[in-house]
Amino acid sequence: MIKINSMDWKPIKKTFDKWSVRPTLLDYTTTCASFSWESILKEIDGLPDGKGINIAHEAVVRHAMEGRGNHLAIRWLSRDGAIRDYSYHDLHSQSNQFANVLRQLSINRGDRVFVLSGRIPELYISALGTLKNVSVFCPLFSAFGSEPIRQRLSKGDARVLVTTQKLYKQKVADLRKHLPLLKHILLADVEEDIEEGLWSLPKQMAKSSDRFSIPQTDPEDMALLHFTSGTTGMPKGAIHVHNAVLTHYMTGKYVLDFHPDDVFWCTADPGWVTGTSYGIIAPLTHGITSIIDEADFDAERWFRILEEQKVNIWYTAPTALRRLMRMDIEPCRQYNLSNLRIIHSVGEPLNPEVVKWGQETLELPIHDNWWQTETGGIMIANYASMDIRPGSMGRPLPGIEAAIVQRTNKNDIKIIEEPEVEGDLALKPGWPSMFRGYLHDEERHRKCFVGGWYITGDLAKRDADGYFWFVGRADDIIKTSGHMVGPFEVESVLMEHPSVAEAGVIGKPEPLIGELVKAFVCLKPGFEPAEKLRLEIMGFARKKLGSAVAPKQIDFVDNLPKTRSGKIMRRLLKARELGLPEGDISTLETDS
Amino acid sequence: MAEVNIKEIINKHLMKVAPEADLEELSPDANIREELDIDSYDFLQFLIAINEEIGIEIPEADYGKLSTIESIVEYLSARINV
Repeated sequence: MIKINSMDWKPIKKTFDKWSVRPTLLDYTTTCASFSWESILKEIDGLPDGKGINIAHEAVVRHAMEGRGNHLAIRWLSRDGAIRDYSYHDLHSQSNQFANVLRQLSINRGDRVFVLSGRIPELYISALGTLKNVSVFCPLFSAFGSEPIRQRLSKGDARVLVTTQKLYKQKVADLRKHLPLLKHILLADVEEDIEEGLWSLPKQMAKSSDRFSIPQTDPEDMALLHFTSGTTGMPKGAIHVHNAVLTHYMTGKYVLDFHPDDVFWCTADPGWVTGTSYGIIAPLTHGITSIIDEADFDAERWFRILEEQKVNIWYTAPTALRRLMRMDIEPCRQYNLSNLRIIHSVGEPLNPEVVKWGQETLELPIHDNWWQTETGGIMIANYASMDIRPGSMGRPLPGIEAAIVQRTNKNDIKIIEEPEVEGDLALKPGWPSMFRGYLHDEERHRKCFVGGWYITGDLAKRDADGYFWFVGRADDIIKTSGHMVGPFEVESVLMEHPSVAEAGVIGKPEPLIGELVKAFVCLKPGFEPAEKLRLEIMGFARKKLGSAVAPKQIDFVDNLPKTRSGKIMRRLLKARELGLPEGDISTLETDS
Repeated sequence: MAEVNIKEIINKHLMKVAPEADLEELSPDANIREELDIDSYDFLQFLIAINEEIGIEIPEADYGKLSTIESIVEYLSARINV
């Protein structure tokens, strides 16, 4: 748990004379007081003839129609240095073609279209075309192994999967017999159809019209399905609707501070919610230019992109910022970063040292914000015009009511009014991008709401001025490199290895990536703990789960601490690993 | 240090972060992070381990140059032999 005392670090004061562009949100209190979602609704376009609200219309069609069609929408930087530019017109016509591909395959309203790929242009075009067809876009992180992919495709009732030849062979081909609903695979990098159901995406696109009319879209129609990990059980598919675009647009306006000529770079992968809400949708709703980099993190390359692409607004993550801190350079001398105006960070709490480093080294403060898959968009943030208290996630967005609450019983909570008291971070439901449910899992959805509040699962506190401070997770979910990993998913796969009797998995604090996935493994009789076996189990887990989820460390233990009902006490495993007090162990059954 | 020894050291440490990898099948000019599913944290651990074993400092700014077995061998050889 990261606990930061609000008094430890000096606030970063914002001075009005330093702004090269005046922030849209100039005064937090005044904006909150006058804010209404109705006024945001007036700023978005809506489908013609009152046919509803569609995310892709707001992101692409309106700009193509309103004289911004030639403006650069996406600049894609390939791993090997090539650049491909997409204007709003290009995105519009190519996403129309993709929507027509879906239509020809009889993929309709509400059908789930998954994309498993790296950050390639086809991902973005598929996302927008899927939304135009009022089908549901479901991104999968390409570093998932076959098991997380199978669970998500299966639970999400996948009808179509867009992927590449290599990822298909490695991770999907063997799963198809378990996925009877998945009738169509569209391969982004093959020129000819392979067989019925295994299509060439370029070929299908080429024979599809670039004209498409978005059908009537109810703002409550399902648009996005993002899977997220739970403490128990398998991942849950959080449902988002087309009305979420109001939040995407509003947070782009007030937090990210988009202005018409901005160049924006969100470094998140669309496999995670940030990479979809802010790597695809939000910048497009403002008609600005987005940079997409295919390559993975590379410190030198990143500074070069900031310089060469003249990035104004940069949305990244603490893990990456901490890596940049490792470089023994003075970025502002080696690179021309003069276009950079605002830096934002999300994914896990931003430690004050990084905020201070930004101020000293990049000559800009870094603005932390907080949200999660279920909220669909930024909920609590630091704003360009507001002083930063390093270590704080900031204050709730206009239109968002956040509180620290304490459960009084199973069905009720009380709001903690006094400052600096830890409790559950809760949000008053009703914002447009709030998840509408977990697919096929109403019980788990219902349990998130207590006494009229959405309980986020994060623990936090609020200071006397309304700034929120992250304290930790209320459950065992692991936050690694900004991604959520459910210990149960990892334990289940480890137990499939022939030598493993049982496994307990925790998040072990790690300075660069927040937490790393660590497993404690009990072996079956007849197996001896040895380095060779440890590596074999690790390789087995990596193959099944992929590098994003598999444990980075595995320890052999004789037994695992369990409750009398047989539940692994991960909290105790973690306390022991970290040498912390063991707390209440009255329910402990066995002990090592 | 001979090139063959450098390769052995690289392989040894690759097998620690990606024990399931079939290194015999890996082409020397393949992007190892992509081919072997090595994320940015694992890659860092791999380079730190190499640094510790052969004592050559690899600054973070150079990580991007080290995407293939070939480029890592070349990079390390140039620094060992000076």
